[in-house]
Amino acid sequence: MSKILEMINITKCFPGVMANDNVTLAVEAGEVHSLLGENGAGKSTLMNVLCGLYRPTFGSIRLDGEEVKFSSARDAMARGIGMVHQHFMLIPTMTVLDNCLIGAKDAGKFVLDRKTTAEKLTELIEKYDMKVDLNAKVGSLSVGQRQRVEIIKVLYRGARILILDEPTAVLTPQETLELFEMIRSLTEHNFTVLFISHKLNEVKEISDKVTVLRQGCVTGTYKTDDCSVEDLARLMVGREIDLSVKRAEREKGEILLDVKNLSLKNAEDQKRLLEDICFDVREGEILGVAGVDGNGQSELVECLTGMQVASSGEIVYKGQNLRKMKTREIMSNGISHIPQDRQKTGLIMPMTLVENFALQDYYREEFGKSVYLNWAAVTEHSKKLIKDFSIKTPSELELAQNLSGGNQQKVIIAREISRHPELLIAMHPTRGLDVGAIEYIHQQLVEQRNKGIGILLVSTELEEIMKLSDRIIVMYEGKIMGTVKPSDITIEEMGLMMGGQALESIRAKKAV
Amino acid sequence: MGVLNSISSYIATDIRMAAPILLAGLGLLLVNWSGLLYIGAEGTMLISAFAAVAGSFYLGSVWAGLLFGMIAGALFGLIFAFLTVTLRANQTVVGVALNVLGASLSATLNRVIFGVETTIAKIDTFETMAIPGLSKIPVIGPAFFNHMPIVYLAFLMVPLISFFLFRTQQGLNLRSVGENPRVSDTLGINVYRTRYTASILGNMIIGIGGAFLSTGLLNFFTEDMVSGRGYIALAAVIFGKYKPAGVMLAAMIFMAGNVVSNILQVSGAAIPYTFLTMIPYVLTIVALVVFASRAVAPNALGKPYKRG
Amino acid sequence: MIGIKKRGKKNNTQGKSGAQQVLVSFFATVVALLLGMLLISALGFDPVKAFSSMLIGSFGSLNAFAETLVKMTPLIYTGMSFALASRCGLTNLGMEGQLYMGALAGTAAGIYLTGLPAAIHIPLTMLAGFLGGGLWGLIAGSLKVRFGASEIITTVMLNTIAINFIDYMVNGPMIEPPGINCQTPPVQDSAILGNLIPGTRAHMGFIIALVFVLLFWLYLWRSKPGYEVRVSGLNMEAARYSGINTNKNILLVMFLAGGLAGLAGWNEIVAVQIRMIPSVSPGYGFDGIAVSLVGNNAPLGIIIGAFLFGAFRAGGNRMQIMAKVPNAIVSVIQALVIITIVASQMVLEKWNDRKLQQESGSKEEV
Repeated sequence: MSKILEMINITKCFPGVMANDNVTLAVEAGEVHSLLGENGAGKSTLMNVLCGLYRPTFGSIRLDGEEVKFSSARDAMARGIGMVHQHFMLIPTMTVLDNCLIGAKDAGKFVLDRKTTAEKLTELIEKYDMKVDLNAKVGSLSVGQRQRVEIIKVLYRGARILILDEPTAVLTPQETLELFEMIRSLTEHNFTVLFISHKLNEVKEISDKVTVLRQGCVTGTYKTDDCSVEDLARLMVGREIDLSVKRAEREKGEILLDVKNLSLKNAEDQKRLLEDICFDVREGEILGVAGVDGNGQSELVECLTGMQVASSGEIVYKGQNLRKMKTREIMSNGISHIPQDRQKTGLIMPMTLVENFALQDYYREEFGKSVYLNWAAVTEHSKKLIKDFSIKTPSELELAQNLSGGNQQKVIIAREISRHPELLIAMHPTRGLDVGAIEYIHQQLVEQRNKGIGILLVSTELEEIMKLSDRIIVMYEGKIMGTVKPSDITIEEMGLMMGGQALESIRAKKAV
Repeated sequence: MGVLNSISSYIATDIRMAAPILLAGLGLLLVNWSGLLYIGAEGTMLISAFAAVAGSFYLGSVWAGLLFGMIAGALFGLIFAFLTVTLRANQTVVGVALNVLGASLSATLNRVIFGVETTIAKIDTFETMAIPGLSKIPVIGPAFFNHMPIVYLAFLMVPLISFFLFRTQQGLNLRSVGENPRVSDTLGINVYRTRYTASILGNMIIGIGGAFLSTGLLNFFTEDMVSGRGYIALAAVIFGKYKPAGVMLAAMIFMAGNVVSNILQVSGAAIPYTFLTMIPYVLTIVALVVFASRAVAPNALGKPYKRG
Repeated sequence: MIGIKKRGKKNNTQGKSGAQQVLVSFFATVVALLLGMLLISALGFDPVKAFSSMLIGSFGSLNAFAETLVKMTPLIYTGMSFALASRCGLTNLGMEGQLYMGALAGTAAGIYLTGLPAAIHIPLTMLAGFLGGGLWGLIAGSLKVRFGASEIITTVMLNTIAINFIDYMVNGPMIEPPGINCQTPPVQDSAILGNLIPGTRAHMGFIIALVFVLLFWLYLWRSKPGYEVRVSGLNMEAARYSGINTNKNILLVMFLAGGLAGLAGWNEIVAVQIRMIPSVSPGYGFDGIAVSLVGNNAPLGIIIGAFLFGAFRAGGNRMQIMAKVPNAIVSVIQALVIITIVASQMVLEKWNDRKLQQESGSKEEV
């Protein structure tokens, strides 16, 4: 087989981050080549470089041995590289046929030739057995069918190399099987597929080769047959983990939050987003929620904070069921929340720090009787928080948007901790911050835990979870794969759970 | 025969009155389908109505007047596109500004050029053009085939624009830009250019509607001559579910109310005409409520687009 | 399509400090005035003479100054109306209709409530005016909350409906006997506002409008509900995360904004026209947009904006008489002000963007 595609020494820098560091990738025609890695390992960046959306800082791309430079997705498409994005690039109000026709440039034709196009598309559909009705509106199709439309669209435009970005993230198991059938049938016809995933079983099942990325670097390229799922897990996450945060072991506290059989269905397509989630958080412990992004963590937190109402199950906190309660009721009941996106949901960027500090408590009596909002009291409170949490700002009247990311996060943490919560829900509290800020936030969380507060810590950073948590639950596709203590688990087992293996089955296998 | 004749003449009136609304509606349709929300049609119509009178006055031909009207409309379209596409300014606010600009600029120029209280200047205007043969059919002939050329043009544009939007590559590209410019962009469509073109062409068509008011329905310009037709056109687009045939139907229905109110006034019926004038606007609100759950309007309508 | 997360309003987080904003407003107004002068001279008039006669018309004498106050009073209300809605992330284009409904309700209260002392009658007409406009605004608010109908379109439609309804009322049920002129009878003397500057048309309504500016400020910047409004307007998602009921806010704000526009109509009735006429507003509703843009939705800014456009309106007539320049040019300048303000805001934003990119670009090199 010949090398159809080579990416040589690709380096891509963003301000402050090196997303790809000297990555080299060689792909042969007709193979399924997986890119495996955690969040932020650099998979998507690499693929965006390949399909023309980003230009690499260094490095070159060769197609069939010839060096190419893409300045847009169109250029890449013209050379036969087509990407199926995780978020479909389709217009739901239009038919499948029209979606395939948008932007087509058939020799400057003015009138649409729907008939000929339909014939060509039908040929493709039959050849690869894709079962799509060309005249259906995309909006009426299931997610799996939409994905097929995306693939057809890319094929129709002449792609020889297909990039599938986390294609199974949105699919049911049945649809995943169908997708795999389709991929096999495509490679039989000498198409090349680049399959981006963090799901170990799927990578093992579908691909001929796998390239593992970790923190922007290639760990290696392997024949899939030569690796076990365990090997892949170790390659994906394997690194020394520094457990340097000192924390005193604590007596087991009382149960603070008890989540029982919580399930959530998507109203649109009844897909289960959360399935039978059971766990508890005790006083004075940090319960870490690990897992790759998009496996139900944000839905779980939304259900806990009243932003969404779970379809069934119970959320028991202080003897009350929170499932149907409003956000304000929940938050005024001794629960604090550090939201996942500080700029979009945690802060009001064009407002001053004082106004931001008021966000969760402005309605309380201490900040003004009845409808009067006593800014003097809020300012007093703000000054104290800025001092206590050593937030770097010229004054308490600075706009939130003018602070550094770390200080913005400190503002949120100061605000939430100062509410004296009994339960603190923290989602990605250190995402995108520098080492110093991360350190500080970790200390704060441990300090709160030592005071007896229960903390639910959701993070995709394994080090963070392992370092801070007293217990860990691992989520995968809306389900819990296992509940463990950090001291009782190997990194390999963590990787397996994040990739979709339940703890019991891993341990059972080991026992054999 | 008397009844048939008056029905025939009511239909003729309805068609004639609907023509400017239809033109403005079709123009708005193109603008809207590119994802731009334009509420300044009233202003475009006014400036074009004035430009048409001026053109006809100076060059002595109503067709020159029409050309002037179209150019004035195109200029408004260009200004709107520059502010909302290139600078990404708030489309609603700019639309309001162009309404004010169209009204005040036409009034200013009219007073400067034609004076405030002088007699009306004589200008060349559109004449009816009977279609040979067809116009001789009793009842139907006078109702449908004895109109001014712009009226035929307006109704002819319904299938033409429909064909353009739904059967041509450019039309499909245009609609994709209105639905999701990000998708269009990745497929190699120039979103900015598409929106500029739609805004300019669309306003040109709105301009034809304005020109027809002052050189077809009337033979002079007055400051309040558009009297809400720009908003009725906007209403017709929504009520017509963003389809050319729908806009035509809406324009005919809306103006039928007007015609009926004239009849009622003559016959001294109990329903005050002001309530009939409200009908288009009430129907549009009802339509907004009824269509609310369905995606009828282009999805990206009113949202600025930034590349990258 | 797939995600179930509610889509939040993408807010504009571009940094615009207060000082920068004042500069933008000032610069844009100057540019618009220069463009206006250019147009005046292009039309063959003397721009200096035009502007000086306009200035004399708006400030040249006590009477002229009083006229400016009269013209700016309704603009303060409509400017506040648009600003309040904007602060909540809404676009209220329905001020004209709300103004008309407020004027009608105020007139009705002024005519039909009889035998009351002024101290009771005036507040009652005011309440009626506020309710008239407020309920009209609330229609658009509830259509948005209940059906997701865009308030931009519904308020525009409601404008014409209101104006036609007023046309009907003053020609029918409320027409002044015997029914020759299409106008209502005058309101009771007890409903008419007193004079502010003796011998001129300036009236106490101006002071009342200033009181409402104070209330507007207290509400938005010193009260808890006002804080909720500002949070919702700047970041809908953060508001939801903090448990603020954003739907309730939309209803409340559309009611209050409508009420403020209604007060503009009320003011015209009890202080200027004394009775309802179909042309009670020469476009004060739409002027409110320009006022609030010039004033950056801030209390003091709204007063300045209203002052500017009030002076234009007051001086326009004198300019027409003395310099023969049609007074419609005043509205042309107003349109130009709106355009130059939004344009310079966006140019500034683009410039800030570029600066930001350059900064991060240089960081990358280091």
